[in-house]
Amino acid sequence: MSEATADGARRFFRRARAKSATGAEPGAGKALWQAAPMALVFFVFFLLPLAVTIIVSFWEFTQYSIEPALVFQNYTDVFSGCLEELPGLCVTLATYLSTLKFCFLVWLTTLLIGFTVAYFLAFHVRTLPVQVAFFLLCTIPFWTSIVIRMISWIPLLGRNGLVNGFLIDIGVTDTPLEWLLYSDFAVVLALTHLYALFMVVPIFNSMMRIDRSLIEAAADSGATGVQTLTSVIIPLAKPGIIIGSIFVITIVMGDFLTIGIMGGQQIASVGKTIQTQIQYLQFPIAAANAVLLLIAVTFAISALLKMVDIRREL
Amino acid sequence: MADGGRPRSFYVLAAVFTLFILFLYGPMLAIVVLSFQGPDGGLVFPMRGWSLHWFRTLWSDGGSVDISTAFFRSLRLALVVMVLTVVISVMAGLAFRRRFPGAMLLLYVAIASLIMPSIVVSLGIGLEFRLIDEAVKAFGMATGMESIQRNFVTALGTFTSGLGAHLTWTLPFGLLIMFAVFNRFDPSYEEAARDLGASRWQTFVHVTLPIIAPFLIGVAVFGFTLSWDELARSSQVMGSDNTLPMQLAALTTTVTTPEIYALGTTTTAASLLAVGVLLTVAFVIRRSRNQR
Repeated sequence: MSEATADGARRFFRRARAKSATGAEPGAGKALWQAAPMALVFFVFFLLPLAVTIIVSFWEFTQYSIEPALVFQNYTDVFSGCLEELPGLCVTLATYLSTLKFCFLVWLTTLLIGFTVAYFLAFHVRTLPVQVAFFLLCTIPFWTSIVIRMISWIPLLGRNGLVNGFLIDIGVTDTPLEWLLYSDFAVVLALTHLYALFMVVPIFNSMMRIDRSLIEAAADSGATGVQTLTSVIIPLAKPGIIIGSIFVITIVMGDFLTIGIMGGQQIASVGKTIQTQIQYLQFPIAAANAVLLLIAVTFAISALLKMVDIRREL
Repeated sequence: MADGGRPRSFYVLAAVFTLFILFLYGPMLAIVVLSFQGPDGGLVFPMRGWSLHWFRTLWSDGGSVDISTAFFRSLRLALVVMVLTVVISVMAGLAFRRRFPGAMLLLYVAIASLIMPSIVVSLGIGLEFRLIDEAVKAFGMATGMESIQRNFVTALGTFTSGLGAHLTWTLPFGLLIMFAVFNRFDPSYEEAARDLGASRWQTFVHVTLPIIAPFLIGVAVFGFTLSWDELARSSQVMGSDNTLPMQLAALTTTVTTPEIYALGTTTTAASLLAVGVLLTVAFVIRRSRNQR
């Protein structure tokens, strides 16, 4: 999102705060009518479905049907064996741990790549047209299908793929490496490939708002390049880093497609558990898992938001 | 920064950026090339001749998938989502220029919809429509309406639950872009129009809309491409009809020929074509205006 988006949202928040005391202004009725279609879509296709999910998570199910009820069976089923098996991990905790592992690894890789690319675009590309052109170059893949971007790794990483061919040619290995595709490595690589842009854009946005004279001042005061980076640029780019992190972490927490396809349908994740339960029509327990995922995501976001004032930086 | 020589860090970072671009585009180039494999070619290099064989297989009825139905279904859906995203986002954008009750709530809900895990949204809409189905069937039984009992199967479908699921994904982008647009917007043009006696509607059609038109193309690009490529939110809400990305995802587990690359190339070409057409329209609008 562009800087102007951020300014627009910020201005809106400021205005809303300023006017909250004065009450509705004239024309509020018309504005209400204009906002109604969007509100209606979100009510019917977002809020109501969330409510239904929470309700159904307390329902009973047999092999054939789901029945209205108020039972906690689905939640206890999700955590069945978790206490007994300690210190071992039950299926659910192991799945969450595996999902968190992917969250952390993908967060780390996208952050390193996103920060470096954004830094290059913001501070080393000197003219605006080149900046826009490079930025578009980064954005275009976002407009193509994620499935295609996933399967595009097959000819490179497969057993007879380019990478293995190259490694055998230069004598690094005699037999093709099996862990390149359908593995944890492939999942992290594909998720990084798909979502690095979500880090680049907000960090670039934050960096473009840094007053260039601050950097000159730091240099004039004798700061080394590294000192300028750690005490001026990183603190000022923090809002972008946090917003990018929110995007990447929430996407990976709920992911089931990439982990499914790039993990050869063999690697567990919370999203994949839900998807599998839906396939077996076990809706109430899938709903319970969805509610738990929702809680986990909310928890993660609120922890990240504590680090930044989202109203000012949105 | 001083003119002339660049610091050494520039070259390091430029190299990193080049690698990043290679990382983004390299694999996709590989499948585009591989989709032109000869009839005997496989999923990996080397190329065994060049041909359009796999594109022909894909579009002929003898192929392993019925692609044209899904292709045109996805195209229709993406176009409808695009139009609705533009219209609803512009209306909401106009609304947010004033203060109205619930404005803050709507903004938070839009952002929540953007970052909510897609599987949760998809499951929720799927469940909602299943409950609607049961209610409709129960209603049909209770009132003895035969047309319902005989003909009603499900309310789930491409243009009911599917359309709604896609809008929960495209509308937040549309709204954020509208924030950017109206932030740059100079309201004195509208005031001038009104001073000259234009009605509110005339002001909107002849002043506001022409000014924001190029940016609406941006909203349209997002609306089209996000819907065209959407998969995660589609998974539980399309009923019995698959969209193109769903077909593609299903193929990853079954197809072992370059046909899947041909489909990938086709899909990518279609989205880039759509983006190209829309950006050209924006360019033409801008030029014709500058010439005036």
